[in-house]
Amino acid sequence: MNMSLKNTLKMSIKSILSNKMRTFLTMLGIIIGVFSVIVMVSMGQGATASVTQSIEGMGSNLLNITLTDRTIRFSNDNLNELSMLEGVQLMSPNINWVAPVKYGLNNEAGISVVGVNENYMAINGHTIKTGRLINPLDIENRNKVVLLGSGVSENLFGRFNPIDESISLSGIKYTVVGVLDEKESTLFGDNNNMVLIPYTTGMRQFRTNSVTSITVQGADAALIDKTQSNIESYLLNIYGTDSYRIFNQEQLLSTLNEITGVLTLLLGGIAGISLLVGGIGIMNIMLVTVSERTREIGVRKAIGARRSNILFQFLIESSVISGIGGIIGIMLGMLANRIISTAFEIPISASVQVVLIAFLFSLFVGVFFGMYPANKASKLKPVDALRYE
Amino acid sequence: MIRLDNVTKVYIMGEIELTVLKGISIDVREGDFYSIIGPSGSGKSTLMNILGCLDVPTSGEYYLDGKEISTYNENDLARIRNEKIGFIFQKFNLLPRLDAFENVELPLIYRGVKSKRRKEETEIALDSVGLYDRMHHKPNELSGGQQQRVAIARALVGNPSVLLADEPTGNLDTKSGNEVLDILESLNRKGRTIIVITHDFEVADRSKTEITLRDGIIVNRKVK
Ligand SMILES: Nc1ncnc2c1ncn2[C@@H]1O[C@H](COP(=O)(O)OP(=O)(O)OP(=O)(O)O)[C@@H](O)[C@H]1O
Ligand SMILES: [Mg+2]
Repeated sequence: MNMSLKNTLKMSIKSILSNKMRTFLTMLGIIIGVFSVIVMVSMGQGATASVTQSIEGMGSNLLNITLTDRTIRFSNDNLNELSMLEGVQLMSPNINWVAPVKYGLNNEAGISVVGVNENYMAINGHTIKTGRLINPLDIENRNKVVLLGSGVSENLFGRFNPIDESISLSGIKYTVVGVLDEKESTLFGDNNNMVLIPYTTGMRQFRTNSVTSITVQGADAALIDKTQSNIESYLLNIYGTDSYRIFNQEQLLSTLNEITGVLTLLLGGIAGISLLVGGIGIMNIMLVTVSERTREIGVRKAIGARRSNILFQFLIESSVISGIGGIIGIMLGMLANRIISTAFEIPISASVQVVLIAFLFSLFVGVFFGMYPANKASKLKPVDALRYE
Repeated sequence: MIRLDNVTKVYIMGEIELTVLKGISIDVREGDFYSIIGPSGSGKSTLMNILGCLDVPTSGEYYLDGKEISTYNENDLARIRNEKIGFIFQKFNLLPRLDAFENVELPLIYRGVKSKRRKEETEIALDSVGLYDRMHHKPNELSGGQQQRVAIARALVGNPSVLLADEPTGNLDTKSGNEVLDILESLNRKGRTIIVITHDFEVADRSKTEITLRDGIIVNRKVK
């Protein structure tokens, strides 16, 4: 004597459908929960993917050295010696400022201004569209010359040729000597909405008295670890421990992935809480349902339902509610992902794992929060249940 | 087939102990038509619930087909309720969301009978109470008498060895009540054991054995 799953399922669906409004409202908790889990986690994963992509776009033979101790600085000798170290091919200071850029009536606020030397363009893979690159003489003479990123050039000059035109950076006039080709942006900034100037010129104008960050290109990507340790031992020798930080692509990737991973988990966790709240809603309604149907439970037991039959009937009822809620939530979440992707031009989509986990979790919520009411129902004694009004 | 030996039932409500059955002994043979009468509160329903394995005695023994009931566990009792006992209630106790067919089918579902055979047996049961053409009506689309006949079909469908009816005509007018009694009588004539609780002496008169309960004791026993 045992009742089939099919019949239990049929029975549960029947009673779910008999109170559509209530079922829908209960489901809504799960729908919202699953929906937010899907969207939040997808956004987190999307961010991780784009971060990874932009770091990988930087090239794997680059090292970024930043002095973390404010009391020390790279002297010119240091910089020279660094560039002579074994494995180091090219080296450039890398100083960031932000300044308004103006040409005639065209005004761009908050443009990233990077102070560089003649190697920077080669290190970062910038190529020139028109004009010339920054050269050693510009550095030495602190020439007020500027290379425009393609975006800045377009915004200030449109289709006109900017070469030899005069623009102002924070009120100081600079001569445009070249325009860079368009380049995909990396984590370190928009590669198009920025301008490059000689670092010596920039340091004077912006009253920056030391170079604290440099970028090094290793001669061989395969030997980058060796190059890094050469640099490390050099820096250790002159500055001591804990005064500098060297990033390579791999470290950056793992650090950032860690950060975005935690972020994703956090977002998912917050969304998960709303799923939990949805589960409590299910429990609440199931308790109401059980007490409303006490008599029915009594009748079923009187004609031969076992405890397990009653238990499964109510458990399946709550899991059907949460499962269907989960599926609707997933579909809405994927729809939202698509809308967000097109609206903000960031590629986010729910991975198969996330969808699967979200669905299983919603089912689990149904089972978990349905357990107590279902167990309560199944434990009712037939006489007591039948006597219930 | 049913034998009670000095069965008692005590309800404990806080400090108060209420002895509702004070040593009941009966012997119901196969094919018997047993009626239990007695004033309200005398313990008839309590006795019936014990007979139907919906409740257990506080003391005493209940032998069903030769086996003492207290040796069974919960699942065994569920199986006994499903296979050996057909229960008919005063308040019909049909499930309101299910139609007549589905209500009658239910015991067979719990028994695990395959859908095709379930359909056949359900239809036979409904036919035997004259409701074949009403099988897709919900309880609230049926008269009281019809609802009770559906309940009888449900009690019958699993072919139980005994039918227990607790005031089956209590909520019915005379005519529908008589129809229900006619059905019970004809079932008994075909050999089905029936135990019925009633307030109605006419009903008791139609039975083969009649016992009278007062304050939890059998005060009169009449075998016709
Ligand atoms: N669960 C219970 N807890 C406490 N007392 C109960 C319980 N069930 C029944 N009783 C008491 O037991 C006594 C007998 O009840 P029972 O239902 O058996 O009477 P009855 O003979 O069927 O009466 P009626 O003809 O009115 O249906 C009553 O006094 C009732 O109050
Ligand atoms: Mg009664």
